Amino acid sequence: MIEVAPTPITAAQEPLIKLRGVTKTYGTGTAAFEALKGIDLDIYAGEFVAIMGPSGSGKSTVMNMLGCLDSPTTGQYLFQGIHVERLTRQERALLRRHALGFVFQGFNLLARTSAQENVELPLLYRGESATVRRELAAKALDSVGLAGWETHTSAELSGGQQQRVAIARGIVTNPLVLLADEPTGNLDSSRSREIMGLLTELNQARKITVLMVTHEAEMAAYASRVVTFADGRVRGDNQQVVTNVV
Amino acid sequence: MWFNAFLLALREIRRNVLRSFLTVLGIVIGVAAVVTMVTLGNGATVMVSERISNLGSNLLVMRAGQRLGPSSDRAGSNAFNVQDVQALQEQIVGLKAVAPAVTRAITLVAENRNWSSTVVGTTNDYFITGNWVLADGRKFEEDELQSGRSVCVIGETVRRELFGAVNPIGDRIRVRNFDCQIIGLLSPKGQGGIGLDQDDTVLIPLTTAQRRLSGNLDVSPILMSVNDMADTEQIIGSIKRLMRERRNIAENDENDFSVVDTRQIAQALSGTIQIMTALLGAVAAVSLLVGGIGIMNIMLVSVTERTREIGVRLAIGALEREVLLQFLIEAVVLSAFGGIAGIILAFGACYAVTGLMGLPFLFDPVINVMAFVFSAAIGVVFGFVPARRAAQLDPIDALRHE
Repeated sequence: MIEVAPTPITAAQEPLIKLRGVTKTYGTGTAAFEALKGIDLDIYAGEFVAIMGPSGSGKSTVMNMLGCLDSPTTGQYLFQGIHVERLTRQERALLRRHALGFVFQGFNLLARTSAQENVELPLLYRGESATVRRELAAKALDSVGLAGWETHTSAELSGGQQQRVAIARGIVTNPLVLLADEPTGNLDSSRSREIMGLLTELNQARKITVLMVTHEAEMAAYASRVVTFADGRVRGDNQQVVTNVV
Repeated sequence: MWFNAFLLALREIRRNVLRSFLTVLGIVIGVAAVVTMVTLGNGATVMVSERISNLGSNLLVMRAGQRLGPSSDRAGSNAFNVQDVQALQEQIVGLKAVAPAVTRAITLVAENRNWSSTVVGTTNDYFITGNWVLADGRKFEEDELQSGRSVCVIGETVRRELFGAVNPIGDRIRVRNFDCQIIGLLSPKGQGGIGLDQDDTVLIPLTTAQRRLSGNLDVSPILMSVNDMADTEQIIGSIKRLMRERRNIAENDENDFSVVDTRQIAQALSGTIQIMTALLGAVAAVSLLVGGIGIMNIMLVSVTERTREIGVRLAIGALEREVLLQFLIEAVVLSAFGGIAGIILAFGACYAVTGLMGLPFLFDPVINVMAFVFSAAIGVVFGFVPARRAAQLDPIDALRHE
């Protein structure tokens, strides 16, 4: 069992996430395809990082890696000093459960299930009691502006509202990192701006580290840092002095 | 973890009530069929053995001729006679009663009504061999038997058909060509083992029947009642030896008479019914198996359909074994519900059918518990493959699944 302490974000000397020489190869022999060709990347607690790049550039692969859904072929991935590349499938699941939150392009809410139950889901796997689940879920829904919509099922919510439920589900466990994979991909531009505003607010006010994959420059502009991928390598990185770390 | 998995499984079933119902329909019908078949079969077995033992306790029936059935009673020259009856009474140890019988189907007339019934010429031993009890009146007296007086004891059906509500003791009925005074009334026994109405009978003294009805001294069949503690097989053996001797049958010749133990008939009949029950139960069990395959089918479809959802669960930190457990519990809860519904259905069906067929309703807890456990086990067996498939999904692929 891996215990990830919800450490308060301070002026971090050590990066929260550290990739060193990470490669990822799919397939073997002549059919082998190298999706990542040696990535070095540091992400500090409290950053809002947008990951951009054309399709096939490796941005989704690196996102899966950062989300502990996948393991590097070679190289090191340190999350809070933990060597993720050495973890088993189950240990990575526990790390995700305790330290990460996810938001997907297609919302991926459970069908015919109320917003409340959707948001409670990660807490259920954490073994929280029903009272705690209800309380935290209500708080999370409130923080995404959906107080009063608890009993509505996905079918009764608009796309923007569904994505906000999904964000509530992502942050309900108070994760260290929120990973958002094209969170505005299925939304029109005004809904997209709403969602980006919400993510920015969560990053600013609650100091949640946000990693977001997007291909839209307009959305990337909300981030404090933009990392651009091309052909399995980091092409550009506008890392500044981390401004919003207390 | 168990409680959570249970909760998630229940939520899942609630999300798809109609599909869940259709999924378990096979189990419901399978369990209902098995339980109904076995319950009805048990009822039929008990009823048949009860009715046959009702014919008489430890009853042996000896008939002239090899064949079974009514026609062999009139076997002509090789029929038994009263001397045979006496020999049996004197020489066979372990017989409680030996009743000779001469039976004829005859139309009875009383006042303006008539009724076709079976007239039996016999002795007072017939009351013992047939387990008959008198509801009213008396048995035959010695001189009535000796001199062949025209007296009779009638069964309940005959009384009802000829006299209605009137007490018939002392009245007369006409038996073919002579009048007969009613001296006794038999207590009703109800339906006989093979659908015969045992109460549809009239008893008269043997001598009377021989003189007035058959016109000869033949006797067949002879009914014998064995003492409770006696060895029936051994007694049948000595009866056969005695009769072979009396009838001068050569050593290599076959018997020209037969001795049948009604208990053997009862055993043979209930054995047959038990085999039928087992067969029908087995056929019903196949439908239970088909129901299980139905669950697996729907669960597999459900896993494919919910691939993205499983991907979300895995991504947000569900362990493989938690997903496995959720799907497994879903299957088990479904099939267990199906089992309970099936048992309730079977209960209703058994209640209705036993009522219609006049069978006893024997609630058998063993078969009910077995059917329930078996249906839950089907959930485990047929739910495992889909559940494992769900648990082993790669979250990245599952999230990308369209």
